[in-house]
Amino acid sequence: MQLLINGQQREFAELSETSAVSDLLAALHLKGDRVALERNGEIVPRSAWSETRLCDGDKIEIVHFVGGGKR
Amino acid sequence: MQSSSCKQAERYSRQVLFAGIGPAGQERIGQSQVALVGVGATGAAAAGLLARAGVGRLTLIDRDFVEESNLQRQVLFDEADARESLPKAEAARRKIALFNSEITVEAHVADLTPGNVHELLRGADLVLDATDNFETRYLLNDYSVEQGRPWIYAAAVGAYAVTMNILPGETACLACIFPEAPGGTVETCDTAGILNTAVNVAASMEVAEALKYLTGQQEKMRRTLLSVDQWSNEWSEVRTERPRTDCRSCGARDFVHLRGEGRAHITLCGRNSVQIHEHGRPVDFAELAARLRPHGDVRSNDMLLRFQRGEHVLTVFKDGRAIVQGTTDVGLARSLYARFVGA
Repeated sequence: MQLLINGQQREFAELSETSAVSDLLAALHLKGDRVALERNGEIVPRSAWSETRLCDGDKIEIVHFVGGGKR
Repeated sequence: MQSSSCKQAERYSRQVLFAGIGPAGQERIGQSQVALVGVGATGAAAAGLLARAGVGRLTLIDRDFVEESNLQRQVLFDEADARESLPKAEAARRKIALFNSEITVEAHVADLTPGNVHELLRGADLVLDATDNFETRYLLNDYSVEQGRPWIYAAAVGAYAVTMNILPGETACLACIFPEAPGGTVETCDTAGILNTAVNVAASMEVAEALKYLTGQQEKMRRTLLSVDQWSNEWSEVRTERPRTDCRSCGARDFVHLRGEGRAHITLCGRNSVQIHEHGRPVDFAELAARLRPHGDVRSNDMLLRFQRGEHVLTVFKDGRAIVQGTTDVGLARSLYARFVGA
């Protein structure tokens, strides 16, 4: 499956039309409680990640929840 | 002799020339009050920008002292500040007075807590985040939503900078996007490192948004959670223009962080040590040991991990609880914990 992630075209052999957003996060080795994800311009709340299916060509934006800055 | 208003006109002339600010905008900036929570890397950069831009009243809040390892990126501090272990808020206030003596800067050497948040942030038109931990950010978020006053989230780790404007009643709040702080251990500037360029990006972006707000141009403020990775050159944005209807904070107005719930409970235990009763942060000793090894001596067994760095010893337990030996300073203990275990 081809996905546009943060503006970059990526190919995922392990993902298909039955895969969900949660499968993509697993494929990217991302921990679910520290990212926000948008699919085709709509934010997908964490509670809907396992039931939100991916489609070929989806435009995905992922932003990490970062805690640093001060030290 | 020039009058003080003429001198001011000269000082801010290039900023006033910019069409987005103008004389009226500059006037408003001069009459505004901004609170900055955290005066480390992002905070020092942001404080410098706000002060040079002419924000009339600045409140600086920070619990830490200047150390030599800060000088790589914390732009308001120098070697003398590190030698004297000057509190960051005070060192920043003194440095700002050297380049803009016409504004008022209040320095508070304090940890922002549910007990002092209303007092320390009173009067601020806008609150800028430059802290090193999630707990304080959720406290700021609850405060902002409760008061209907905006705040701006900004953070950086490695080469990665991230920021978001929170405008209560208009945009999503932090808890809409991230309902809870990450569990387990997280990368911090003391484990993953930090580029000084990333903190300056975070600070510049949040101060530019602040200037829009202070000059009454709220409609021009960005409605996204934005990240910039300066190493991979990836930029990403998630829309934040709609609050989540089932949000605990801005939906249900259930301000658990203002009530101090979910906050790591800290007590002094015995002599020269502080206990941090962190809950719900199960620790993977192998992972933590690998991250800490470059920074000090690490030993662990099945029950605890012991990390020695200079005069301080952190003993971390499986559930995330820790004892910090070598200090009775609660702020310092909390800071060491945030730096090395997770914020």
